[in-house]
Amino acid sequence: MRYEKPENVADAVKLLHAETGVARILAGGTDVLVQLKAGMVEPDLIVDIKDLDGIKDITPEDGGYRIGAAVSGARLGEHAGVTALWPGVVEGFELIGSTQVQGRATMVGNLCNGSPAADSVPGLIAANAVARIAGPDGTRDCAVIDIPVSPGKISLAKGEFITSVFLPKRPERASDAYLRFIPRTEMDIAVAAAGVSLELDADGTCVAACVALGAVAPTVLLVDAAADCIIGTKLDDASLKAMASACSDVCNPIDDRRGTIEFRTQTAGVLAKRAALIAYERAGGRT
Amino acid sequence: MALDENGKRIFKQVGTRPARPDGIDKVTGRAMYGADATAPGMLFGHILRSPHAHARIKSIDTSAAEALSGVKAVITSKDFGTPEDESVRDVQDNCMAGDKVLYDGHAVAAVAANSLAIAKKAVKLIKVDYEILPHVTDVDAAMQAGAPLVQEGRGLDDLPAGMSENVTYHFEFGHGDMDAGFAKADKIIERSFKTAATHQGYIEPHACLASMGIDGKGELWCCTQGHYYVRELCAGIMGMETSQLRVTASEIGGGFGGKTTVFIEPVALGLSRKAGRPVKLVMPREDVFRASGPTASSSTDVKIGMTKDGRITAAHATFRYQGGAYPSGTVQFGAQSAFAAYDLDAVQTIGWSAMTNRPKEAAYRAPGAPMAIYAVESVVDELCQELDLDPLDVRLKNSAHKGTKSSYGPTFDDIGLEATLEAAKAHPHYAAPLGPNQGRGLSCGFWFNFGGNTSVSMNLNFDGTVGITEGNPDIGGSRASISLMAAEELGIPYEKVRTIVADTNSLGHNDVTDGSRVTFAVGLATIKAAREAIKIMCARVAKIWDIDADAVYWEDGFAKPSGPNAGSFDPMSIEEIAAISAETGGPISGHHEVNADGAGVSFGVHLVDVEVDPETGATTILRYTVFQDAGKAVHPDYVEGQMQGGAVQGIGWALNEEYIYGDDGRLQNPSLLDYRIPVASDLPDIDTVILEIPNPGHPYGVRGVGETGIVPPLAAVSNAVSRSIGLRMSALPMSPPRVLKALTAKG
Amino acid sequence: MKNIHVSTTINGDPTEFICAPDESLLDVLRNRLALTGAKEGCGTGDCGACSVTVDGRLVCSCLVLGAEADGVEVETIEGMADGDKLHPLQQHFIDKAALQCGVCTPGILVAAKALLEKNPNPTDTEVRYWLAGNLCRCTGYDKIIKAVQSAAAEMRGE
Repeated sequence: MRYEKPENVADAVKLLHAETGVARILAGGTDVLVQLKAGMVEPDLIVDIKDLDGIKDITPEDGGYRIGAAVSGARLGEHAGVTALWPGVVEGFELIGSTQVQGRATMVGNLCNGSPAADSVPGLIAANAVARIAGPDGTRDCAVIDIPVSPGKISLAKGEFITSVFLPKRPERASDAYLRFIPRTEMDIAVAAAGVSLELDADGTCVAACVALGAVAPTVLLVDAAADCIIGTKLDDASLKAMASACSDVCNPIDDRRGTIEFRTQTAGVLAKRAALIAYERAGGRT
Repeated sequence: MALDENGKRIFKQVGTRPARPDGIDKVTGRAMYGADATAPGMLFGHILRSPHAHARIKSIDTSAAEALSGVKAVITSKDFGTPEDESVRDVQDNCMAGDKVLYDGHAVAAVAANSLAIAKKAVKLIKVDYEILPHVTDVDAAMQAGAPLVQEGRGLDDLPAGMSENVTYHFEFGHGDMDAGFAKADKIIERSFKTAATHQGYIEPHACLASMGIDGKGELWCCTQGHYYVRELCAGIMGMETSQLRVTASEIGGGFGGKTTVFIEPVALGLSRKAGRPVKLVMPREDVFRASGPTASSSTDVKIGMTKDGRITAAHATFRYQGGAYPSGTVQFGAQSAFAAYDLDAVQTIGWSAMTNRPKEAAYRAPGAPMAIYAVESVVDELCQELDLDPLDVRLKNSAHKGTKSSYGPTFDDIGLEATLEAAKAHPHYAAPLGPNQGRGLSCGFWFNFGGNTSVSMNLNFDGTVGITEGNPDIGGSRASISLMAAEELGIPYEKVRTIVADTNSLGHNDVTDGSRVTFAVGLATIKAAREAIKIMCARVAKIWDIDADAVYWEDGFAKPSGPNAGSFDPMSIEEIAAISAETGGPISGHHEVNADGAGVSFGVHLVDVEVDPETGATTILRYTVFQDAGKAVHPDYVEGQMQGGAVQGIGWALNEEYIYGDDGRLQNPSLLDYRIPVASDLPDIDTVILEIPNPGHPYGVRGVGETGIVPPLAAVSNAVSRSIGLRMSALPMSPPRVLKALTAKG
Repeated sequence: MKNIHVSTTINGDPTEFICAPDESLLDVLRNRLALTGAKEGCGTGDCGACSVTVDGRLVCSCLVLGAEADGVEVETIEGMADGDKLHPLQQHFIDKAALQCGVCTPGILVAAKALLEKNPNPTDTEVRYWLAGNLCRCTGYDKIIKAVQSAAAEMRGE
């Protein structure tokens, strides 16, 4: 195994593209080192991207924010601007692992790990976040929802890697929230999860919504049918109940050591309902 | 050894809370644990483990591993002999599989190399040809005739029809007329329970450093609860005389029973013997889960009858435990504990134990008792609910007391159960209001406590300070409590005493640090050793004063004349006596060895409030109070610590901890990510109330306190959850999917 | 696999070492630098026994490559006391009996110090969530939380 720490994006792409064996990107390392330890992967090349320009920066852009691929959870959580604009995205990311893991883990790493239970992904998808990808053919943008393909697999081509994620601007009466279910209060992988983003009009009616579910299907699901249940409402009990069942309807989870199909299906709706209410209140709505 | 002054002794130091002697080392990172040792020329070991739950080993080809540069030794079971003793043979087989692998994670071969990286690489080059056999991991399935047979020739001699040869142990005991008892009951509840296997979950993985010389002499440094037992087992497996193997216990990073046996030490010794170099072996966490520890899982039927006014008329229980791939007797402790809290006219208990394709069970804090008492206390709670009776009143009404003939035979002496129940009843926690979706549960708990073989030396230094040499690894502050007892007895400041845990060559045999025996038995031997030294000191002083030895007595660190008739002498301090000891007959020491009995049994009562989220089945612990009889709390901080730590391990057992096996017989969750021990944010404060009902069998009244605390939480939490959701839960853990499923079924 | 030369600062001391590219910072500390205060409880970031800070950030040293330590400042338990003067957290852990076996203690102390530097006056709940990644199997956490709080009070001058 070689360890390389390139100083610019072009060199990083070159290294990744030229490697004939297994290459891994290292930013926070909280997944890669676990995989190394378990012998799940034996990379020939590790590319540490932490020296790349802007990779650790959070930059205002077009009323939103561009978040570098090596920004840790601890740093993002300390950023007042992002936390105010996209609190659900930040809280999803901050739920990953312990304080120690937060000191290193990155949102992009969480996304590229390809897990359907990745805590930062439902929030990013509900936010219509866009990933910027560097590769042998230059730079391209790709909606976050199009990155995960199946458990452990993402859509990036050889030599490509994500350099940042962009969170767009949003109207004044808008917010988001993320909730997950875990058996303990910390340290677990999500058994089921929901990210909800809402926009309200002046009287508190929901005019736009995105509902994304984690850990209930091979990839994070964006559930338009659930969003439709609350658009045009003030999140009354009936519409929330409809939304919860729309969520449960699309679940296609697995039985494993962390939860049952039945449990995941049931709690996904409950979490979506609760997350919607939190987002609604954050957006200035009152139920 | 009888209680001093009828339990009225006024203590000067026992009962205070001084700083522990190993504190500085442990807060600065200096303390040396199992994996922290190194030796010149040290190699690193790594073990190959079976991926199969049950398979015959057709062949092992180690040639490629041996050929790898940097590899110094490769061993398999062929490198060990066949010990005479069956239990030692089982331990050996568990450390290195013979003809068959019996569970996922069973060791098959091991490598020692110049680096861990090379050893790991070499392990991957070992080729094992397996013939996969059918497996069984559930206790009830394993007991059925026709179940896959884990080991041949180990079954009961008089096996009942319909039972598998996996059943290795059976007993029945009790007293009274069961039919008449149940006939008197107004309400009888009969229910079956299951509990999952749990792991001790110590944070320090097993680790050792072994060095075998070509002269057949061995040194072993390891984290263990009992280095004398390690020596016996390892010497037995290695075919050595015990005198040729010296074992030194490192600081130990938790054990809870799981470090009372060996898993890797004989392997390290075997590698060292073959390589001719010291070998360090550290278990990866995954292997700790797959191949060390766990406790038994259980399946239990309980039937209890009660009158309208809360008197238990008869009680019956059948316990079925699996202890992994080897015969195990833990079910006996469970069955004996099950009804210990009750004064019963009619009680019958039946126990069965079976082998399964799981790792060999190791002791876990009050082994066998938590799951047995869980089942009994659940049924008692349900009877209280059904009959609309206060659960504490019912327990008081039926509680065992001095003179009660216990279900397992012995008649109790002074015990603290009633006082403990009264304390719980009087506590504000019991009267505090509960909110919606909340419930309160309680349970009694019991542990026998052990005494056992103990050897302690006390040496008086020339400056009047004292060294205590004992042979039991200090898991939770025992050097502090032993120093306190020595200081109390000698009447000198705690700071003048230093207690160390010596190697196996320094003292006579000391039993393992288990059974909550150390503060009781080592404390008792320490007091006796100090008394012997006092006797010598008084005799030396008598010689100087030229009076009878009987005319000198000891008080507060001084030898004094016993009265006007003895003569008028200025008291001599321990410092003065020590300073001139060279002239009065040489160094002064006290020593005591004993196979201690009289370890008083210990009772506890736990109160817990929970809230259950009706939409997810998640349980939150809101409030928790532990009441426990310590006999005499020598260092109350560490008594409270035992009570709190035990309670939280029990909470984990009740809510989330479990060994999950797949259909393939492989352990699904061998990590601290998915084997979910409680984290700090899961818990409230754990409040404690120490009761002190002196143990008649110890000079200071000490009872062991280490184990009782893990016993009540299983039922206390289950009773609280059951009351909160209006449904009787009967399986552990009460993980959210299980609770939500029950709630959904209820509608 | 060619070893890498790393120049770093550990507990204020300039330090150089070589390590394999896949070697963790924890293994470097323990096996190459004789700093065995950080413990390996799991090697996968689940127990916190190997906690150190890197450039002031609390991390699990088992989830950091040794190679990544180049040019950074690492603080370990061995650097927590100032010569013969214990850090208040260390003293309060002894005084409040916040340890039993003590194997998780170095990690918890490093983590608690990082908390109090960021938040000198945390609530019990904040302490519990901050320390959720530091498993302790002996104490039930009760005395740990109380020791952190009493050390925090002393550090605030109360």
